[in-house]
Amino acid sequence: MKRRRRRPRIWRVTILLLAAIYFLGPQIAAVRFSLVQQDGKTGLGNYTAALHDSALGASLVTSVEIAALTVALMLVLMVPTVVWVRLRLPRLALYVETISVLPIVIPPIVMAAGLASLQSHAPASLDNLLFASPLTALTPFYVILALPFAYRSLDVGVRAIDLRTLVDAARSLGAGWSTLLIRVILPNVRTAVLTAASLTVALVLAEVVIAVVLLYNTYPVQLVNTGQSLAGEAVALSVLSLFVTWLLLVAISFIGNRGASKARIGRLL
Amino acid sequence: MGIVAVLDQSSSGDPAARRRRGIPRGAWIGLAPFVVYVALFLGGPLYEVLYGALTSTKGALTWSNFATTFSAPYPATFLSSLKLAVYTTLIGGVFGLWLACAVATAGPRSPLRRIVSTGSGVLAYFAGVPLAFAWIAALGRFGEVTQLLQHIGINLNNTSFTISSLTGVELAYVYFQIPLMVLLITPALEGLRPEWREAATGLGASTFGYVRHVAAPVLAPALIGALLLLFGNAFAAYATAYALVGDTANLVPSRIQELVAGNVLVNETNIGLALGAEMVVVIALVMVGYAMLQRRAGRWAQ
Repeated sequence: MKRRRRRPRIWRVTILLLAAIYFLGPQIAAVRFSLVQQDGKTGLGNYTAALHDSALGASLVTSVEIAALTVALMLVLMVPTVVWVRLRLPRLALYVETISVLPIVIPPIVMAAGLASLQSHAPASLDNLLFASPLTALTPFYVILALPFAYRSLDVGVRAIDLRTLVDAARSLGAGWSTLLIRVILPNVRTAVLTAASLTVALVLAEVVIAVVLLYNTYPVQLVNTGQSLAGEAVALSVLSLFVTWLLLVAISFIGNRGASKARIGRLL
Repeated sequence: MGIVAVLDQSSSGDPAARRRRGIPRGAWIGLAPFVVYVALFLGGPLYEVLYGALTSTKGALTWSNFATTFSAPYPATFLSSLKLAVYTTLIGGVFGLWLACAVATAGPRSPLRRIVSTGSGVLAYFAGVPLAFAWIAALGRFGEVTQLLQHIGINLNNTSFTISSLTGVELAYVYFQIPLMVLLITPALEGLRPEWREAATGLGASTFGYVRHVAAPVLAPALIGALLLLFGNAFAAYATAYALVGDTANLVPSRIQELVAGNVLVNETNIGLALGAEMVVVIALVMVGYAMLQRRAGRWAQ
């Protein structure tokens, strides 16, 4: 009896130790590496230098702008769609979900290749409309990349509320569709909206492949460029990026548990 | 997953039944923005890839771009990408499953579970470039671990290993493959009911007997499905390899980037697009296999 109880414990401890070494090792190395300044002393020099790096700052502004636009466009497109599907077309929910996971089949490099080809022979009007600025060139396609995360987290939220009753009550009190969406449904699914928005922001701030192929200087692209000459700065920013993203997901996991939805991060992702 | 569920839908041939449960005519219009958006911004680039892959410089229909991708050096590049995907899938699969088993026994709200699941989310989906820099900080020429090893007499810089070799890329890819495996397999592990274990033990089964005759067959479809997704993920990924090696890596995405970006020869762009179309075919095959497996796995989920 004793032996049986002990054996699984050794298995558990072994893998947890291995995982701790393999996963924390490079992170600890990165933190230590980032604390070695240009002059060889230990300190926060790389972090302050990164914060004052104007090229990085400009690229971060671009990325944050793209992230904000992507979130806005994603919500405008997906919240009404998800609500409409659950309300009027429940039988099509599975088809819509299937469409929303399709982007997984297209690797980012292939999407980038298609866009680069389009860019090379696009008429001037399309070129001005779409490719003149990274905001208009990247945002529409980042919305596509965000669809799998966005659809699932919004759908979880909408399914958790009593949609039919809310809609009937609001309509009978004279609310139009826009009032219904913005003032009745949105406040009720704010957790799901927050989750979808956070995952979209994390995705935009991490996407590098499409931006680099189309030659736009977004934050991750500039991070790679900085790393060519200033490894310390790039590593410092990488430590910060991973930590911030992790905090974001931890926050989502707590919100998810508190709310009515049973959504957990593992399910959403 | 949706794909799966769609395959499960048996279409009802009875017109009366269809009318009864039918979709109100006006309701379609609500889906229009979504469908049009996806057709434009996902279908558009995809059409561009297929069209470019099938046309010559002068715009005539041709098979020659695909023919070129079957001559040197491209088959070797494809093989190198496939190898990277297979190795990191096997290593990530084994250790991911092991880690998931170790963590699944803790309660869903325990700190350990929370740390592992959120940490896995970051590494599996959002790491990319920062992950590459963590490895450069550890095992690069002046990396912390490299220097630590030097102290105990092992000089990595004298060996053939560098973090920007394919071995280095494999090591970094495993860093997101294990977390992805944990995220994908944990729901299936939670689906194993304690009653089954008790019943098996009550009937005299050893732990090995339980795993061999109960847990393994129940988990098999989910397990193989997860491995397929891992394979597709590693095959399609590029961000980490780009940050570690750049477009000189002997991988299909690097080759596509090299052919498509900064290249004025349209002819070569189309070869890149043909490679891209082949990547889509590989991933699509993997996803179809996954959908079919999920259908079998789904039977236990009820």
